[in-house]
Amino acid sequence: MKMNRRDFVRAAGAATAVGLIGVPHLALGAANQVVVVGGGTAGATVAKYIKRLDPSIEVTVVEPNPVYYTCYFSNEVLSGERTLDSLRVAYDGLKALGITMVQDSAESIDAAKKVVKTGGGKELAYDRCVVAPGVELLFDKIEGHSEASAETLTHAWKAGEQTKILRGQLEAMADGGTVVITAPPNPYRCPPGPYERASQIAIYLKAHKPKSKIIILDSKSQFSKQGLFTQAWEKFFPGMIEWRPGPDAAVVKVSAKGMTAETSFGDEIKADVLNVIPPQRAGKIAQAAGLADDQGWCPVDAKTFESSLAKGIHVIGDACIAGAMPKSAYSANSQAKVCAGAVVALLSGKEVGVPSYVNTCYSIAGPEWGISVAGVYKVAADGKIAEVPGAGGLTPMDAPDWAHKREVAYAHSWYKNIIQDSFM
Amino acid sequence: MANAPTRLALLAGALALGVGFITQAADAPAAPALVSGAGAAMLAETCAGCHGTDGASVGPASPTLAGMDAAYFTELMQGFRDGKIYSTIMGRIAKGYSDEEFELMAGYFHGKPYVPAKQPFDQALAAKGKKFHDKFCEKCHSEGGAPLTGEAKAKAEGEAEEEEEGEESGGEEYQILAGQWIPYLVYAMEDFRADRREMPKKMKSKLKDLITKEGENGLMAIYAYYASQQ
Repeated sequence: MKMNRRDFVRAAGAATAVGLIGVPHLALGAANQVVVVGGGTAGATVAKYIKRLDPSIEVTVVEPNPVYYTCYFSNEVLSGERTLDSLRVAYDGLKALGITMVQDSAESIDAAKKVVKTGGGKELAYDRCVVAPGVELLFDKIEGHSEASAETLTHAWKAGEQTKILRGQLEAMADGGTVVITAPPNPYRCPPGPYERASQIAIYLKAHKPKSKIIILDSKSQFSKQGLFTQAWEKFFPGMIEWRPGPDAAVVKVSAKGMTAETSFGDEIKADVLNVIPPQRAGKIAQAAGLADDQGWCPVDAKTFESSLAKGIHVIGDACIAGAMPKSAYSANSQAKVCAGAVVALLSGKEVGVPSYVNTCYSIAGPEWGISVAGVYKVAADGKIAEVPGAGGLTPMDAPDWAHKREVAYAHSWYKNIIQDSFM
Repeated sequence: MANAPTRLALLAGALALGVGFITQAADAPAAPALVSGAGAAMLAETCAGCHGTDGASVGPASPTLAGMDAAYFTELMQGFRDGKIYSTIMGRIAKGYSDEEFELMAGYFHGKPYVPAKQPFDQALAAKGKKFHDKFCEKCHSEGGAPLTGEAKAKAEGEAEEEEEGEESGGEEYQILAGQWIPYLVYAMEDFRADRREMPKKMKSKLKDLITKEGENGLMAIYAYYASQQ
């Protein structure tokens, strides 16, 4: 049976008043309700694009924080290139589009009753729910670590106060000190992030504390944009950054008191600044609502981003399993548009369109030295998101200096435009 | 709340409908076939992360696409894809699309309102630049390099036909220079001058005239003039 909304309203109108009681939204012409859980890049974008596609849909975003600090470009705060305040995004833009912001945290989702329950005691009914919770940091996967000790052993993997603490620690460190970054196992938010972080910290150290050293203790034996990062490190910071590959260098134990990190091999490394980026999984609400698989991430339909585990709930951004797409802001923004189109189509009983996805990711690997990776994606016949062969890829290794400088200008354009496209 | 059985029926109905078409990539026969057939808006929206919502870039370097000439958009994207026009990243992304997909995006962006970039410029330099533009550029980049609509486009097309060198005069298509982000125009000009992008003969000779008579400052003035059109 296929029925569009107008047909249904007509049919309902012909029914008795008793019949109307059970279907208040449609019968009384009330709007469809979409509740978006999470006001990061994915959540904001999906809210905006649903509203753009169908202004009659009532869109509510549940987000505990009054403002958002973008993770992307937060490494530039560590070098001193930008202020934390420059990463601050308010929700005024979304409100101006007619989207309701609820400053609260989602505690549970009842997929059968179609209700999101918040910590503040609200019950938000929805026709469709979009969950975009980002990642949960798994402190307890590292012995001796906890959310409390993260105030010293920062993650700075969610921007804001954490970024400020880490920057402060770098400023307080004496010349000749050792900064240790522990890089998490796959999959995790922002694959090139730990390595761009090393670059940005090195920019600061080279200028102010040139005798200092950066050690990356990695869970992995290879990493995103590795050739390009290594090239930039040799060019700009020779001898300053040491990368120790996994699995031997995976950090299994840390001590905030002793400022030490212990590897799976048994080495103990002493740090002056210890930046522990923990293993990750989909954000807490995704776990609570039963949207995650046994690996902790959320399986979805590639064309709609509807959860494979719960009807009527969509999962986008870092939390979802999106085939070949990396966990990046651009991926989140791109997935949100596919999801928005699908949600609007499903609510009005129309066909869901064919999706198209893109990722574009810049890293500033040295002064005036931008590098990038891009990908174009389609859904494959097996239902997975796959990269279009021959497209995308990395900045060439032989790119001239002026091209790297252009990539910095384009990286800054990327930042301004993705903020505008997602939040305004 | 919506009636649950009806909702499920709607969902099932939508999911059951097979849309799109499948293409097998020639160079990767082992990989599962990809589904093509995304619509214009879907395709164009993937560009917004760098080029702004509806192609209205908020800068500072990535160009505005909104209001672009559709044929020129397609031609540019093909140039990026085929490596005939240098780019840092656009060519890598362009390789992911067919001509048909470019045309859909072109139509979408052409139909969006052109929003001139809000960027700083030097008044006095811009005034000089207007004179240089009128002298060296206006013949092909008419209306001060603004997007052409209606009569202005018809007129430019007519002039191009009279000259019988359509491709070189650029009169059949227009390029948005007025209100375009200046770093982008500077990069494009660097690429033209370094043979990373083919320059039409007429443009080459006009540019030579400009540089000979006015020096590099002549170009700076023209950029300021384009920036001033807000």
